[in-house]
Amino acid sequence: MSELAIEARGLTRRFGDLVAVDHIDLSIRRAQIYGFLGPNGSGKTTTIRMLCGLLRPSAGEARVLDARIPRDANKLRRKIGYMTQRFSLYEELTVRENLDFMGEIYSLPPARRRRRVDALLEEFHLERPDHRAGALSGGQRQRLALAASLIHEPELLFLDEPTSAVDPQNRREFWESLFALVDRGTTILVSTHYMDEAERCHALAILDDGRLVAEGAPRDLEARIGAVVLEVETEEMRGARAALADMHGLWSVAQLGARLHALIDPAVADPAAAVRAALSQSGVEARVEVAEASLEDVFVAATTERST
Amino acid sequence: MPSADLRPLALRFARLGRVEAILRTMAIARKEVRQLRRDRLTFGMIVGLPVLQLLLFGYAINQDVRHLRAGVADLSGTQRARILVQDAQATQVVEIVKHARSAAELEALLREGAISVGLLVPPDFERRVESGARAPAQLLVDGSDPIVLAASRGIIELPVRPRSPAARASSPTFEVRAYYNPERRSQVQIVPGLMGVILTMTMVLFTAVAIVRERERGNLELLINTPVRTPELMVGKILPYMAIGMVQVTLILLVGRWLFDVPIRGSLVDVYVAGLVFVTTSLTLGLFISTLAATQVQAFQITFFTFLPQILLSGFMFPFDGMPRAAQWIAEVFPLTHFVRITRGILLRAATLSEVRAEVWPLLAFLAVAMAASIARFRKRLD
Repeated sequence: MSELAIEARGLTRRFGDLVAVDHIDLSIRRAQIYGFLGPNGSGKTTTIRMLCGLLRPSAGEARVLDARIPRDANKLRRKIGYMTQRFSLYEELTVRENLDFMGEIYSLPPARRRRRVDALLEEFHLERPDHRAGALSGGQRQRLALAASLIHEPELLFLDEPTSAVDPQNRREFWESLFALVDRGTTILVSTHYMDEAERCHALAILDDGRLVAEGAPRDLEARIGAVVLEVETEEMRGARAALADMHGLWSVAQLGARLHALIDPAVADPAAAVRAALSQSGVEARVEVAEASLEDVFVAATTERST
Repeated sequence: MPSADLRPLALRFARLGRVEAILRTMAIARKEVRQLRRDRLTFGMIVGLPVLQLLLFGYAINQDVRHLRAGVADLSGTQRARILVQDAQATQVVEIVKHARSAAELEALLREGAISVGLLVPPDFERRVESGARAPAQLLVDGSDPIVLAASRGIIELPVRPRSPAARASSPTFEVRAYYNPERRSQVQIVPGLMGVILTMTMVLFTAVAIVRERERGNLELLINTPVRTPELMVGKILPYMAIGMVQVTLILLVGRWLFDVPIRGSLVDVYVAGLVFVTTSLTLGLFISTLAATQVQAFQITFFTFLPQILLSGFMFPFDGMPRAAQWIAEVFPLTHFVRITRGILLRAATLSEVRAEVWPLLAFLAVAMAASIARFRKRLD
């Protein structure tokens, strides 16, 4: 058994002229939460679908739980769980009926199925098993979907933007359950566009426009960010933004309350001095300091680096 | 020898696999029933549509007809009889396709549906012509088809040549014997054909939207990621609707009997067996449509596209014999064409299923092809 749950080399998927996923390499260790961070259309869902065997790669190869994809995709079905981006259970069926149905589809023996369903109802606080799935709130639906994807106790779980329709409180609880699963040895691949969620992953890949632009543990990514992060504190926010807008080597500037976060090309010799010069030239008074990179800075830097 | 040790194990796995496949199929079927029970619109379609259509269609559609398939039993063997048969052929109302040696054989052909008109020339034909007392020959007509009955009137006045001086000018040549529908009521003729029309409409539509709906709602993305196999999914989807089809058959038979006095002359078991075959065929056609369509609206459109030619060409509305040859070939492909013949045969002519088996094979062939095509077209992938 390989130590890696997922291994991919040059994974590529084209839809006509569009390259949705462009030569992605992945090495995902077992019993980890691995994140795909990227904007909509960056190739997260397509990559997940290829790894599940739902889409055939146009090029490249992948091994998932030691099975070759897509050739051995059928062998894999019982070992993986998949929670789709959209709620994909049956809205006309009740919570319990949906779980029962999934249990039957995975051929769980009746006694074990009943035990599993009861355990999942309990674990995911699905207190109204006789309510129709269509009548559930966003948070309940998402817990039900996760429970359903776990009915057969998969070794590997794919979650495609699982929390997009869920409030922060529910998101926290959701992540607590994910960590509990990882403790039991499950590998989880989760896609998201929330920075705080990406921050919780053991490792993550930043995807942009179908390409993998950065990979590593969140801390490492922040430490080796390919840009200089400067914090600008000023009273004249508009003036400061205008002054920086045309500055050479500026990758991005974002406002965080009363401060500005500026990402500067590392090729600029003394970035802090350059920013100060640009500001004073426009007569803006400000304090400029080098700051720690956040994951968002990493994301912006990684996605800008390529385009400049 | 390792293979000897492995064989029982492999067998057990194979058996286990088969049981699992059945269980998964049943899981799909059960889920489908639950969804159905909770969908009021579908429920309305099951009961409302057949009743409504029966009431709407309960009237006859008459059409002029040519080239009715006819059989001849010439028991006299005289020249007059030969000329009469030639003259009948020359009217183009009938086309003689069979020759029988006895009245009983002619009746059997009529019951099987091989012919719709029988010209019976009795052994004493010459004497009857000479005496002129009564119609010298008989026309056996399949009264279960309204159009045939009307059209056959075109030849009953056919004169016998050479004329006998004794024959009265007014007396017809043929005495008409309308089989299976002596009162010649149009509902009796319409309802058996209507059964097929109603079943086609509801059954094809049910399954045409079935897979598309799951695709639209995202259910399919989840399902194809599970161990469920394509044939299990297909059969599981069809099973509940087969039961619904049987409910509709019952409903149509009951309403037909209560409101229109439509008889069930053949065996009820035969009706249900034929009904089940036809229902399954229609459901499979629906499944195939479902694999073609990208949205539910498209599925509806394709379904209606298949309805019209089926209803027009099946012989339910317009007489099959009156259609151009090319249209007949096309019609022979449609399941409805065969089922209309089967139901008319069993319900009105008291034919047995084995007597109309020539119409059952095409249904089974259609079923097999449509199922294979559906399974081939449906992939457990998204690309």
